[in-house]
Amino acid sequence: MTELTQEQATDNKVWSQGFIKGMTEEGESLSEINPESGPLGGSAAKAHSHGGDSHGGGVGIPDSSRAGRLTSYKLADFPAITGREEDWRFTPLKRLRGLDRVGIKGQELTGAAPAVDVTKPDAVTVETVGRDDARIGKAGIPEDRVAAAAWENFTEATIVTLPEEYLGNSEDVTTLTLTGAGDTPAAAHIMVHAKKFATGVVVLDHRGTAVLSENVEILVEDGANLTVVSIQDWNDDAVHASAQHISVGRDAKVKHVVVNLGGNLLRTTPSARYTGTGGEVEMYGLYFADAGQHLEQRLFVDHSTKNCKSRVTYKGALQGDGAHAVWIGDVLIRKQAEGTDTYEMNRNLILTQGARADSVPNLEIETGMIEGAGHASATGRFDDEQLFYLQARGIQEDVARRLVVRGFLNEVIQHIKVPALEERLRDAVERELAAGSL
Amino acid sequence: MSTLEIKDLHVSIVTEQGVKAILKGVSLTINTGETHAIMGPNGSGKSTLASTIAGHPRYTVDSGSITLDGEDVLAMSVDQRARAGLFLAMQYPVEIPGVTMTNFLRTAKTAIDGEAPKLRTWTKDVKAAMAQLRIEPEFAERNVNEGFSGGEKKRHEILQLELLNPKFAILDETDSGLDVDALKVVSEGVNRTIAAGGLGTMLITHYTRILRYIKPDFVHVFVDGNIAEQGGPELADRLEAEGYDRYLDEETATA
Ligand SMILES: Nc1ncnc2c1ncn2[C@@H]1O[C@H](COP(=O)(O)OP(=O)(O)OP(=O)(O)O)[C@@H](O)[C@H]1O
Ligand SMILES: [Mg+2]
Repeated sequence: MTELTQEQATDNKVWSQGFIKGMTEEGESLSEINPESGPLGGSAAKAHSHGGDSHGGGVGIPDSSRAGRLTSYKLADFPAITGREEDWRFTPLKRLRGLDRVGIKGQELTGAAPAVDVTKPDAVTVETVGRDDARIGKAGIPEDRVAAAAWENFTEATIVTLPEEYLGNSEDVTTLTLTGAGDTPAAAHIMVHAKKFATGVVVLDHRGTAVLSENVEILVEDGANLTVVSIQDWNDDAVHASAQHISVGRDAKVKHVVVNLGGNLLRTTPSARYTGTGGEVEMYGLYFADAGQHLEQRLFVDHSTKNCKSRVTYKGALQGDGAHAVWIGDVLIRKQAEGTDTYEMNRNLILTQGARADSVPNLEIETGMIEGAGHASATGRFDDEQLFYLQARGIQEDVARRLVVRGFLNEVIQHIKVPALEERLRDAVERELAAGSL
Repeated sequence: MSTLEIKDLHVSIVTEQGVKAILKGVSLTINTGETHAIMGPNGSGKSTLASTIAGHPRYTVDSGSITLDGEDVLAMSVDQRARAGLFLAMQYPVEIPGVTMTNFLRTAKTAIDGEAPKLRTWTKDVKAAMAQLRIEPEFAERNVNEGFSGGEKKRHEILQLELLNPKFAILDETDSGLDVDALKVVSEGVNRTIAAGGLGTMLITHYTRILRYIKPDFVHVFVDGNIAEQGGPELADRLEAEGYDRYLDEETATA
């Protein structure tokens, strides 16, 4: 029954030209921002481990196992970030504008949270609540210092609730438009709660200017079917760390979509945990990194219960000098998670020189009794031979590039299945292309 | 009637070892309605000639000229050449991930014609052309050349030829890698385009096999970057019997 697949061969074929070899091999072709590799995680982190059994089998170095990573609501539990940690080695800390140093040398996180505008169907409720609301913390716990700082510092939270057996569709979407309040470092907290058997779509639309650390809790109760789309389309100067904690109930289905477009530094860290059997998670990501942008996507799927399924598809295009995308896909299949079925995939398309993509799938498997587990990662260049072929059919160079990028990203866009969003994302991709040097 | 005229063409490429001359004074004129077979051994420069006409950036034209009805082809970009009426069916068609055949064909047709084709007739034309080339309908939704077999790629090259309606077609070893049935299907496609009128054809091949299905008016023997001999269809028969040894011996004798 066990099926382990690595799509290396296919990848080589798809990207027969310009394939960057070794992208799927951990530790190779990786361009760390903070290179001197020190001891990772360390015993301090282990001692605080939330998961209990911290022996990480599989491919990774034991210290880098997700099973052993520290989780805590308290900022003080997390040591200062040096940049050499497994979790931070790709992030340009200097550009975090202090989000990493909250509580150190007087660094505060007290700026105003983004303003929240709501459009929603009548049956869905959106409330602003205080820190002490009993629901907060039901779906998540910070897994890094930046998220813990936000957890300690937010003053009010926004809670979206889809009532029990609510039946929404892709037309009546709940949208929170979150408009940044400026560049003072700020914390925000959002919770999306789908009660039993609720079905619906919630969009978090981040805009404006912000230096923001945010926790998003996504609580999906038994039998619910929830789509959450988080769009980061900030102004060029924005810095945004968003930890999105997904709790998947028994037989629940979650589609989680990350769209990273605008901002100076975006670090989006979705993690999914299953609280019952039969849960299904689909994670999609789409990013377009321009000159000077650092877009980092780190996801974690924690298979700790039986017979759950996960599918991860992230695709990104990069263009311009210093455009940098990071994708880390941590999938952990714990010993007790028999019958797990997981597949994760990341593809990058590099359009110009000077752009850089790092892609690291980490699959840790502690049991052989699974349905399937696989990963694929490939970074391709839009190369001269492809361009020549399209031009030789009369297609102008700029049109040819657009055709390829649109086609490449469309695979993700068409899976979102929210018509209004699909159109907006296609337009956004057009704008990115037009803004580039193409 | 149109004329594609190649005059005293010298072409080189830059390799790791330095500059390498490949074409050494090729002259060839093709008129509408004519089919010219170019035959020659591996490495003699046939694909270089084809790619240079299409404008591949790897090849440097050191001297000579290519004109289409008097217009300077060498001054045109790759896409301009295609829009001027030149079509290259490639020896090794490239895979383009993320772009479906349907999308690609419509974009190419729009580019060549300068306006989008009428949706209803276009869809019908594409379907009919695919059926004639025995291409399964599901290929329309597959990405350009991605995972196609060698033979499938070649059929799709001819599909594009039929749909884009160029003035001149350069077919670079479209026959290689095809079994007899596929060869027939592809040849019929070329013959249909020729019969529809207004096509001049440069048929690059290794083997005389395809010349049983597509009748050449002229045969040119290509050796070491130049045309060593030209004649009518009977020259192909002689090559079939004798091979290229005669030309290669001459070459080593004079070297
Ligand atoms: N990119 C390149 N780098 C190095 N040499 C090249 C390159 N392209 C072509 N050549 C050389 O130029 C010469 C002509 O090649 P070309 O592909 O035009 O030959 P051909 O007649 O089409 O051969 P075949 O029958 O094998 O297709 C060969 O010696 C080849 O090795
Ligand atoms: Mg060749």
